[in-house]
Amino acid sequence: MSDTGQGAANAPAADERIKETSGLRKALIRPELGAIVGTIAVFAFFLVFAGDSGMFNAQGILNWSTVSAQFMIIAVGACMLMIAGEFDLSVGSMIGFAGMAIAIFSVTWGWPVWIAIVVTFAICVAIGAINGWIVVRTGLPSFIVTLAFLFILRGFTIYFPQVIERRTIIGGIDDAAVGDWLAPVFGGKIGGPLFVWLADLGVIDVFSRGNRVGEPVVDGIPMLIVWALVLVFIAHFILTRTKFGNWIFAAGGDAQAARYVGVPVNRVKILMFMFTAFCACVFATCQVMEFGSAGADRGLLKEFEAIIAVVIGGALLTGGYGSVVGAALGALIFGVVQQGLFFAGVESSLFRVFLGVILLFAVILNTYIRRIITGER
Amino acid sequence: MSSFDHNPIVEMKGIEKHFGPVIALNGVSFDVRPGECHCLLGDNGAGKSTFIKTMSGVHKPTRGEILFEGRPMSFDSPRDAMEAGIATVYQDLAMIPLMSVTRNFWMGREPTKSVGPIRFIDFQKANSTTMEEMRKMGINLRSPDQAVGTLSGGERQTVAIARAVHFGAKVLILDEPTSALGVRQTANVLSTIDKVRDKGIGVVFITHNVRHAMAVGDRFTVLNRGKTLGTAQRGQITPEELQDMMAGGQEMVALEGSLGGTV
Repeated sequence: MSDTGQGAANAPAADERIKETSGLRKALIRPELGAIVGTIAVFAFFLVFAGDSGMFNAQGILNWSTVSAQFMIIAVGACMLMIAGEFDLSVGSMIGFAGMAIAIFSVTWGWPVWIAIVVTFAICVAIGAINGWIVVRTGLPSFIVTLAFLFILRGFTIYFPQVIERRTIIGGIDDAAVGDWLAPVFGGKIGGPLFVWLADLGVIDVFSRGNRVGEPVVDGIPMLIVWALVLVFIAHFILTRTKFGNWIFAAGGDAQAARYVGVPVNRVKILMFMFTAFCACVFATCQVMEFGSAGADRGLLKEFEAIIAVVIGGALLTGGYGSVVGAALGALIFGVVQQGLFFAGVESSLFRVFLGVILLFAVILNTYIRRIITGER
Repeated sequence: MSSFDHNPIVEMKGIEKHFGPVIALNGVSFDVRPGECHCLLGDNGAGKSTFIKTMSGVHKPTRGEILFEGRPMSFDSPRDAMEAGIATVYQDLAMIPLMSVTRNFWMGREPTKSVGPIRFIDFQKANSTTMEEMRKMGINLRSPDQAVGTLSGGERQTVAIARAVHFGAKVLILDEPTSALGVRQTANVLSTIDKVRDKGIGVVFITHNVRHAMAVGDRFTVLNRGKTLGTAQRGQITPEELQDMMAGGQEMVALEGSLGGTV
C-alpha cells in the first residue's frame, strides 16, 4: 500500500536479479494516481473555460466545494465498504429515509430535533448492520441484498409521510431546529468572524445591496464541508495506519485467507455496512438542516454516484484495493464538473454523459493497474 | 534421527469424520514430532483436506482423539489451534496478492504502538522484521511494501511459512505447497521445509507427489479412502511402494511398465 514506505531505508543492497522498475510504473501502483491526474485536468479545464465566470471567487469556490463535500461524505462510506469487498446500493434510499425520519420525528411528532437526529442515526446504522448481517450470514452478493433495501427503504420513505401527513414533502424542520444544540453540528457554519475579517481586508466581496448589505458574501464554511473533511481524514487514517484498516483490506482481498489467519472478517464487513449507513445519515441530516425540509425523492441515484467516485479514486470493484483520498478526489472531480458546467454555461444534462465516460475510463485504468500489481496474470 | 527421541507434539488416534451419510475419514492415526518432516500422501479424494482441517481446528472429529503435547485437546476454531501453535499454510489461500508483503505477513497480528489514545500499526518494526525473516528464508525482497502478487508462487509459500515460524508455530501443516510450482520453485520450498525442520518445528507435508515427499520426508503416511495405511520411516520404503499404496494397490502396476515408473 502506498503508505507503508518508511521501512524502505532498511532495505538491503539491491538484488541484482530484480529489474529496477521505472518511476512511472511505481507511481501507477498508487491507487490515487488516476484521481490526482483527473483533478488537475478538471481544474485546468475550468480555469481556461470558466475562469472569468465567477467559479473561482469566494462564492464560486463555496458553491462547488459544498457539492463536492456532499459527494465526498457518501463516497467515504462507499470506499471503505468497497475495499472490504462489498457494495451498498441502498445509500440513496437511506438518504431519503433518514431525512424523512428526522422530519417525521421532529415536525410531525414534535420531538426535540436532537432526539430526532440521534434516533434516526441509531435506526440507520441498525439497518446498515442488518444489511451486513444478511450478506455475511447468507453469503449472497451484497449487490442483491442492498438492492432489496434500495426498494424497501424508498418504499417506506414514500409510504410513511403519505399515511401520516398525506404528502411527500415535510417542511418546517428549520423552525423546529431553532435553539437546538445538535442541529447546528449538521446545518451550521463555522469560521464566520474569519470571513468578516477577510471581507474587511478586501480579500472577499461584501454584499452591496439588499438586506445583508455590508456582510461578506461568504459568511462561513458549512458544517457539511467540515464533516466531509473529518470523515475523509479519519477513514484514511484508519485504513492506512491501523490494525483494523489492515483487516478491511484483508477482508476484501481474500475473505477466506483472512479468516485462516484469524481476521474477524464478518465483523469487519458488518461494521463497514454500518459505517456506510452512518455516512448516508450524515449526508441526509446536513441536507435536511440546509433545506429545512425532507422529500421522499431525496438521494435518488446517490449510491451510484458514490460508487463512481470511489472507482475514479482507484478502488477495485472486486475489493481489497483502494484509497479514501482517491475517493475524495473522485468526489471533488464530480462537484467541480457538475458546477463548472453550470458556470461555463453548458447544458447540465451533459454532466451525466461525463459521468458515464469517466467511469468507463476509470474502470479500464484500474483493471490495467490491477494486472501490474498482481504481476500480469 | 534425533526426532524419534521426542514425544509427538500432536498425536491423532483413530480419527473419524462424517458429513451426514458421507464418511470422509474412517480411522486415521497420525503423529508429528519436533524437528521431523512427516509426509502425508494421498490421491485426490483420499481425505487429505478433511484431515488437515480436522487437525487445524476447522472441523471437529466425529470420533477419535487428538493429543497436543500429550494432553487431550479439542479446538473450537482455527484461531484456537493457531494460538496453541498449529499453523496451516493453504495452497491457494496463503496470501492476499493485492496487499504488500508486510501487510500480509502481519495480517491478523499487526504490531501496534500508541500515541495517546490512538493505536496504529508500527510499520517501521513490521517492515524491518518482515525483511529480516524473509532474508533468513533466503528471499531478498525489493521492498516490504512490494505487493505479494509480484512474488512467484514459491516465494508466496515461503512468506506464509516464514510468517508461521515467526509467530511461534510448533507444528506447521503445509497443504500441497509444491503442487502448483515449477521445478526451481519446488526446490526452494523443499529447502525452506528443511530449514524449518532444523528449528525443531514439526512439519506435516501433504502432497501427492512421491518424489517431493522422498526429497525431504523423515516418515511417510499414506491416506487412502479415508484410512491411513500405516507409517513408514525413511529408508524402509521405496517410492514405488508408496506410489502403489496411494493408488490403492494393483491398478497402477499395469501402467508402471509403459510409464517407466516416473509418475
